[in-house]
Amino acid sequence: MSKQHGPLADRPVNPKVGLEIPHESADLHVTGAALYTQDLLARTKDALHAWPVQAPHAHAKVVRLNVQPAHDVPGMVKVLTAADVPGLNDAGEKHDEPLFPSEVMFYGHAVCWVLGETLDAARLGAAAVEVVYETLPSLIGVREAIAAGSFQGSRRTVSRGDADTALAGAAHRFSGEFEFGGQEHFYLETMAALALVDENGQVFVQSSTQHPSETQDIVAHVLGVPAHAVTVQCLRMGGGFGGKEFQPHGLAAVAALGATLTSRPVSLRLNRTQDITMTGKRHPFLAQWEVGFDDDLRLCGLRATLTSNGGWSLDLSEPVLARALCHIDNAYWIPDIHVDGRVAKTNQQSNTAFRGFGGPQGMIVIEDILGRCAPLLGVDPQELRRRNFYSPGQRTPFGQPVRHAERLVEIWQVLNERAEVTARRREIAAYNASSPHTKRALAITPVKFGISFNLTAFNQAGGLVHVYKDGSVLINHGGAEMGQGLHTKMIQVAATALGVPLSTVRLAPTRTDKVPNTSATAASSGADLNGGAVKNACDQIRERLAVVAAGKLGIHPDDVRFVDGWATGIGFHDQRLPWATLVHDAYFQRVQLWAAGFYRTAGLHWDAERMQGEPFKYFAYGAAVSEVEVDGFTGAYRLLRADIVHDVGDSLSPLIDIGQIEGGFVQGVGWLTLEELRWDESDGPHRGRLNTQAASTYKIPSFSEMPAQFNVHLYEKATESGVVYGSKAVGEPPLMLAFSVREALRAAVGAFAPPGHSVELASPATPEAVFWAIETARAAADGTVSVPVSAIPARV
Amino acid sequence: MVNGRSRLLGEVGGHVTLLEWLRSAGYTGSKEGCAEGECGACAVLVARPDGESRSRWTAINACLVPAAGLDQQEIVTAEGLGRPTALHPVQAEMATRGGSQCGYCTPGFVCSMASEFYRADRRPTGRIEPAPSAEPNGGARRAVRDPGVESADDPAAPGSAPDHEHGPNGFDLHALSGNLCRCTGYRPIRDAAYALGAPADDDPLQVRLQRPAPEPAPTRISSGQGDFARPVTLSEALTLLADHPTARLVAGSTDWGVELNIRHARTELTIAIDRLAELRELNVSDDFIDIGAALSLSEVERGLAGRIPLLAELFPQFASRLIRNGATLGGNLGTGSPIGDSSPALLALDASLVLARADGERTVRLADYFTGYRESIKEPDELIRSIRIPRPLAPVTAFHKIAKRRFDDISSVAVAFALWLEPGEPGRQMVTDLKIGLGGVAAIPLRAFGTEAALIGKPWDAAAVAVAAEVLGGEGTPMGDHRASAPYRAATLRTSLLKFFAHHQSPNRTEVTA
Repeated sequence: MSKQHGPLADRPVNPKVGLEIPHESADLHVTGAALYTQDLLARTKDALHAWPVQAPHAHAKVVRLNVQPAHDVPGMVKVLTAADVPGLNDAGEKHDEPLFPSEVMFYGHAVCWVLGETLDAARLGAAAVEVVYETLPSLIGVREAIAAGSFQGSRRTVSRGDADTALAGAAHRFSGEFEFGGQEHFYLETMAALALVDENGQVFVQSSTQHPSETQDIVAHVLGVPAHAVTVQCLRMGGGFGGKEFQPHGLAAVAALGATLTSRPVSLRLNRTQDITMTGKRHPFLAQWEVGFDDDLRLCGLRATLTSNGGWSLDLSEPVLARALCHIDNAYWIPDIHVDGRVAKTNQQSNTAFRGFGGPQGMIVIEDILGRCAPLLGVDPQELRRRNFYSPGQRTPFGQPVRHAERLVEIWQVLNERAEVTARRREIAAYNASSPHTKRALAITPVKFGISFNLTAFNQAGGLVHVYKDGSVLINHGGAEMGQGLHTKMIQVAATALGVPLSTVRLAPTRTDKVPNTSATAASSGADLNGGAVKNACDQIRERLAVVAAGKLGIHPDDVRFVDGWATGIGFHDQRLPWATLVHDAYFQRVQLWAAGFYRTAGLHWDAERMQGEPFKYFAYGAAVSEVEVDGFTGAYRLLRADIVHDVGDSLSPLIDIGQIEGGFVQGVGWLTLEELRWDESDGPHRGRLNTQAASTYKIPSFSEMPAQFNVHLYEKATESGVVYGSKAVGEPPLMLAFSVREALRAAVGAFAPPGHSVELASPATPEAVFWAIETARAAADGTVSVPVSAIPARV
Repeated sequence: MVNGRSRLLGEVGGHVTLLEWLRSAGYTGSKEGCAEGECGACAVLVARPDGESRSRWTAINACLVPAAGLDQQEIVTAEGLGRPTALHPVQAEMATRGGSQCGYCTPGFVCSMASEFYRADRRPTGRIEPAPSAEPNGGARRAVRDPGVESADDPAAPGSAPDHEHGPNGFDLHALSGNLCRCTGYRPIRDAAYALGAPADDDPLQVRLQRPAPEPAPTRISSGQGDFARPVTLSEALTLLADHPTARLVAGSTDWGVELNIRHARTELTIAIDRLAELRELNVSDDFIDIGAALSLSEVERGLAGRIPLLAELFPQFASRLIRNGATLGGNLGTGSPIGDSSPALLALDASLVLARADGERTVRLADYFTGYRESIKEPDELIRSIRIPRPLAPVTAFHKIAKRRFDDISSVAVAFALWLEPGEPGRQMVTDLKIGLGGVAAIPLRAFGTEAALIGKPWDAAAVAVAAEVLGGEGTPMGDHRASAPYRAATLRTSLLKFFAHHQSPNRTEVTA
């Protein structure tokens, strides 16, 4: 057994981590046997259905609410209003999100909820509720909020050195603005909760939630009961992506309230339209910036203001903004920097966590800056990026050393070779020379992403491991499964730690009465945290069993090894004990066969006000090369090939990790190219309405967006010391690899223009956006327009 | 029959979708993801006719069709394909290759994939042969193209050269174009699809295909959830319609299903006409091709087998396979949507519609059919019996669809071209006739008469095309909305003619169609 990486990172002989195994529920998924919250309804007798009364105004006072007409609807059972709330009328923890509001804050805001014997009865009941509104002025979009001075929460600044002096002395200086869109989660399973109350008043809520403990907390405070009176279970989610980190709570509370008041099970499932119109999305941002480069084309200063559109309430907007500020550097050393951040308050859905949690919104700003400035500096963007990479020993603007910065260069080199970048650049140049109407281009971009919750307290987890007398193992942990393969990895961790076959381990659904006070399954940290806790529990059991085995084998407990279901000693294998026998014997020796595990990430500290410290356990690295082809007639494009090298440490589960990388990449491509949220910004009667509120109008990637050639490689020999079995988190970082597609589109547009033309590209870069960028590029080629006005070289 | 077992349909009215019925009956494998036929999470297999004596496992969106329409039909869900302890080959490939992550979309993918798995003419070869064509050299049209020039909006159709959208096992990736996955990025799903072998000879679902599909059952249900009727003859249907002019006619129900689910539209009576034999004929004569209005687009695509190159180019871009397996030309024209993709193509083909009612039939030109937004000259008691396309067909055609997403999106703009050229002065081609159909640029689908007039009688050269392109850019009254801005719609109208010309400017290619 190797000891070079410390006890948490070391892998024993024949580990079950690192095996390429399918998702633990794959057989259930493919046969339709896997159950999701709403599927439980078919097994629940006499459940009522909930339907919201959604306001048709972006901002209005509820002057009068008359629920009486709803009672004339056959099958309508009860209208839930603020008057029914025994506890706190709040769907969050910041007291800025009334569950039953008296003031409508966005178009589609649920004013009250109607319970019916059938969904149709609830819907018709909701339609019968009379609400009189007094409309109020509304703010839609971040620019309207800025103009009105409408902000919420704390303003934060990340700063190092003297940005103004650095900019004043820069050899090359540019300024610009970049407004980019948000992203709907579009988890295939919409929000769902099913609540029951047992004979003793115990409330049991099945919820599609990434944060069962917080769902429990909110349900408890709405009902006005202690947390111990509420149990939340999550079997699995049909996708979460951050969208179910904060916003399932209020919906679960509505279902629980209904169940409490009617003594019947209550099912609440948002249909797609309700889900898109009521729940928050990835924050759109406006970035305003000024950047300086020295004579060697190295970044010497950056001053920027990031304004996010938080929507009507704070939700997770503050930590999302903090992560954006902490990632504006991406992979680049910026010695003097000053970045201000603020959250706009608007009359839109309350924006929330989404894979990357502000990281993508910070990183896209610097990538956009480099992509726009490279032609003005007369340098290849790839060279400009590489030249500005962090070197080992340098620190981020918030003061954290960039450990393993050398991996950026190594990954860059490996990727360039694997993707045959040099040869393909020649082919592309030849193609473009002979193709007037379509152009191709490739681009390569890096990712550096900090892992851990910025808020240090969240970096803890619990696990519960039972070994039964027959040797079978049941594990439970605080993380929720949303498709990311967390449960698969936890089974592998437990089997590795106990030295048993995978089939010996079974995993029980996540629920708050098994493991309490859990953190959200978020920040990519699920495997790191829960893996640490599960391993800790297993280690305790294994150590107790080692004592029993040592007695049998006549050796010292330290010399006992557990491999593939056998206990044996180091160095000799002629004597060994079957796992089940050992467990059986241990029971009769009255040895505790179960354990609660705990894990807290060591070494973290963070001053949230000064935005300084070491909030991250480590950084995940990666890079991607993407090649696109753009049609000059329409702006339509195709992703021809993508190559990725990504650092997951020593993978716990390679099939799972590659799935996360590919899926994150394509989801990022969707955000940057296709997925467009459009609100009614007119002064008409539907001002504030989301116009893209269905799968037919909000398009997520389909097969047509998958790269024709897609090669993903895990960075090798990447052991991460201090993390469970040497692995690294993988959920979020790969999303940002999709910047390579956006930059490739920029380069392909640039191929329609003369050299030195800076391409401004809207985000998302829809075919229409690409078309207009090409028109501008062509105009530059005709000499009718010079460089875009907002990227003006201030000094050369 | 669900998964080989008889289930009592019960008194389900016209408003109950197959998905609702299945889920209430305990089959939870089919999921609701969008309730409008966009995501495919609800997909199931139904046994549909495949010629006279065989069946075809056809994947459809259960969220759109009325459950009553499946009376006495055979349905297979993901649960019926295999069990966790005995996986179906499609399920095994999906499970072991990482084709599922959250798993919610997976049963739908499995059904779409199984439909393609059982497709009788799927050939395990790396190369797909060009489709046979009745038109001169129709099958060779792609061979003369510069693939790089065309590829940005040229989804491969059956009949195209091998590419990454067709597997070495003959699997057509477009079979999955109506299924959305938010987790995987699709690569492992594609790999699973391309790894499939042929069904075993004793595979019960394969064996089942050797027998005819169930006959349509005469159905009449009265219920608090709306009445439902499936007449068995056209005259019965027309009489019913005459008695209930406000009844809702459904074939694939791909439009009505959306109204029902999303806008909660309701009707007293739903009349299913998708299995009326009189509406399901495909007749090819020297003067016309008559396409039955109730044939699904997939059936039309197979039946025409590339005979009408413009439609062959359209079909892969028309919604998704799941939709095309239900949707009909009659429905696409009957709803009168200005963004229905078939209208521009049929306008360019100068199609006519045969309208039937209880007291007789009439034939109207499609160019005269639309009268306003979702309005037409069709009377409430009329239905579209067939679509008539005159021959000979234009030798050069193209269909341009402008949309955000390449697969399964609604057009911002759709343009169909049908061009006749004749040699003029040495080295010059003259435009002898041109028909251009437009979608998405007005309240109704339009013919671009002004543009046509600007080119007919002119040489087919860059100068004349440039002038005409400006005219085309001014056709219609494009609006701005969440799909595209008005200036973009106008601009892509203009560039569509330039693009068409760029692909068909060689003076020596009169033999090349489209």
